[in-house]
Amino acid sequence: MRKLVIWAPLALFALFALIVAGRLYKPGDSAIASHMVGKPLPAFALPAALPGRPGLASRDFAGGGPRLLNIFASWCVPCAAESPQLVALRKAGVEIDAIAIRDRPEDIAEFLARYGDPYVRIGSDANSSVQMAMGSSGVPESFVIDGKGVIRHQHIGDIRAEHVPEILAAIRAAQ
Amino acid sequence: MKRAAILVCLAGWAAAAQADSLMPADPMADTQLADPRQEAKAKALMESLRCVVCQGQSIADSDAELAGDMRAMVRRRIAAGEKPEAIRAWMIDRYGDWISFRPPVEPLTWPLWAAPLLLVAAGLLLARGRFKRRGR
Repeated sequence: MRKLVIWAPLALFALFALIVAGRLYKPGDSAIASHMVGKPLPAFALPAALPGRPGLASRDFAGGGPRLLNIFASWCVPCAAESPQLVALRKAGVEIDAIAIRDRPEDIAEFLARYGDPYVRIGSDANSSVQMAMGSSGVPESFVIDGKGVIRHQHIGDIRAEHVPEILAAIRAAQ
Repeated sequence: MKRAAILVCLAGWAAAAQADSLMPADPMADTQLADPRQEAKAKALMESLRCVVCQGQSIADSDAELAGDMRAMVRRRIAAGEKPEAIRAWMIDRYGDWISFRPPVEPLTWPLWAAPLLLVAAGLLLARGRFKRRGR
């Protein structure tokens, strides 16, 4: 018995080292999923982010089909990386609205001219208030909103080419 | 070697610069409320809400822009007379229990709350064994 006990601290240390090594090898997912999925959009009415383009309000999502709500910013690099996928989704018939976080009209115009413009409406969220109300923790994030204004799906981070089928499936499921 | 180090620093600085917007911080993010009692309440709440960008820090400590916007939101709502616990509940509704540094007492967290008691009990038991042996 005593002989076995003598090995206990080493065994504990080995267990600890194993857990640490495991987490170093495969770090946990640090993305924070919104708890608003499945709930109605919070009520908001954002001013237009671009002159000549309508702003975005939560009631714009009531009635009509599912829409993709893209949270982006012209200063965000992964947002530029996901733009070809958004343009492709738009070509596939998806209606896409956007919320621009802490952004300026001239920067948004330049961003859209450079990377393509898939958006119907763009609301300007200068102090991230709607982003917080939606439980979103960064840019870019995309939400699928159904015709009743209920949040049905959240995509965290940039939409890569391999994510497009998943987004399309979420939109079909929200029909 | 020196040039490489400078390049690495510049690259790091450029990457950091790109991660932030060009808009100034919300004035309420770093300005205390006029009423010290309200500011104390806001500060206490900000220190117990986790930043979603720099996940180990509270929004009071974090330099992330979203944390600044959250501080401004907390101060505005406290100034409007909202209770800190109502604001915490609002945040938990959106980001989950994770957003609060104060874990709720629920079946999942019972071991967490029970652990200190169990450890103290184990310590007492151990100490008792020791003292007995001494006494002999």
